[in-house]
Amino acid sequence: MVDSAVPRFWREIPQRYNLIGNQCGVCDRIYFPPMESCPVCRRKSMDKMKNVKLSGKGEVVTYTITHVAPEHFEGQAPYPIAIIQLDEGPRITAQIVDCDINDVKIGMKVQSTFRKIQEDGWVGAIYYGYKFKPVK
Amino acid sequence: MRDVAVIGLGITKFGELWDKSFRQLIAEAGSKAILDAGISGKEIDALYVGSMSAGRFIGQEHVGALVADCAGFSHTHIPAVRVESACASGGLAIRQGFLTVASGMNDIVVVGGVEKMTDVVGSEATNTLATAADQEWEAFFGATFPGLYAMIATRHMYEYGTTREHLAQVAVKNHANGALNPNAQFQREISIENVLNAIMVSYPLSILDCSPVSDGATAVILCAADKAKKYTDKPVKIIGSGQASDTLALHGRKDICTLEATVHAAKTAYKQANIQPKDIDVAEVHDCFTIAEILAIEDLGFVKKGEGGKAIDKKITTLDGEIPVNTSGGLKAKGHPVGATGVAQVAEIVLQLRGEADKRQVDGAKIGLTHNIGGSGASCIIHILEAM
Repeated sequence: MVDSAVPRFWREIPQRYNLIGNQCGVCDRIYFPPMESCPVCRRKSMDKMKNVKLSGKGEVVTYTITHVAPEHFEGQAPYPIAIIQLDEGPRITAQIVDCDINDVKIGMKVQSTFRKIQEDGWVGAIYYGYKFKPVK
Repeated sequence: MRDVAVIGLGITKFGELWDKSFRQLIAEAGSKAILDAGISGKEIDALYVGSMSAGRFIGQEHVGALVADCAGFSHTHIPAVRVESACASGGLAIRQGFLTVASGMNDIVVVGGVEKMTDVVGSEATNTLATAADQEWEAFFGATFPGLYAMIATRHMYEYGTTREHLAQVAVKNHANGALNPNAQFQREISIENVLNAIMVSYPLSILDCSPVSDGATAVILCAADKAKKYTDKPVKIIGSGQASDTLALHGRKDICTLEATVHAAKTAYKQANIQPKDIDVAEVHDCFTIAEILAIEDLGFVKKGEGGKAIDKKITTLDGEIPVNTSGGLKAKGHPVGATGVAQVAEIVLQLRGEADKRQVDGAKIGLTHNIGGSGASCIIHILEAM
């Protein structure tokens, strides 16, 4: 079954392929995904949000090992999912790959990597985006 | 604002109720509540109903009108409102009904909560529950709903030394309470070993750390407090109502181990009720996963941050403990038909404050609290109730 029209995914390509966030021109805070306005500076930040590319460097804040996977992810279980603190400030939820699932730890240094995320059924689009791998 | 009281309640059995439809469940709960309150249909000014996702669970939206219709109110043409706040839909329906009576707009309202989750296959029920999380920035990347709470648990274990045994004891306690509740989905006790050895859903949460997929409905009747004694000898007053929101995604929160929505909603409700956490005699908290009850007792101020696990160990929250939590069995054992849950929590506290909770009665309970969470903590609704 194909669930979604393509534009829903196409419009998120900059964020998901290249980690494009944005920065408030007033307080310099960085957001990912990009915010329409800065929640701290609010109206002062309107029209002052600038896109920035994030380094993809960060560390694991917390994680889980997913054993019962959702639709479109069944073949991947068991897989780790983590919240990662990026060096620029924002936190992000993503899979950890390229390591033994037992080696995932809080505080582990990681780097983003471009991967296939899921497929929309047999005939739908293939979705790509970021996962994170350990920094050796 | 004027005072508001609960004057009646109706509860269906919770569980996999294959012979009951969405319509039958909510009509049954509503009828029982109306009979319990001893009101006539004509006295009802409005209807509020909590439902998280009838659109996905039974392919039916327009739930406000549907519920009025199937409960027999089509001829009175009462305003009927469906309320949605994910797993906190029921609690929010209570709050919306409460606000309209408190404002003087209505004198008597029916507040229902209902979910029919077993008309879809299990995987679709799980997908639907995941819509309470951030679809674009959590679920898209493979995070599941249990996975989000599992990540809270992992961090809580890391920061405070909470163990899987602590988590397991929440399930053990709530199953023991559920065994005393004739409407509970699971009326049997389990052991710590059962929880630890059960199939892993998302480490560190096994399937017995998770609340089930359930069908069920509950309804309560709210009435202006000055008119309540006309209908019942045992009205229960809502003395505090708090609601708060937070980031939809878990990763947006500064402290993974604190649900700020709970902290803020609790502050509002305690202030309105003019009480402290220590004044609460009995509480129904949102234990969609075992870790959620540990967070709840911390964020509600029953114990200090980080001591939730140890508090469970010390049996502070058991039926005969200092502050009994989830006497109904909680979401874990009573069942979690999501839209019904927040209303069912209020119904359990009303039973406790009326002294009608049978084998699970907390002796001398005067003040009770309900705590209903939406998503991984993006919504929280808290009510404090007192026997009049």
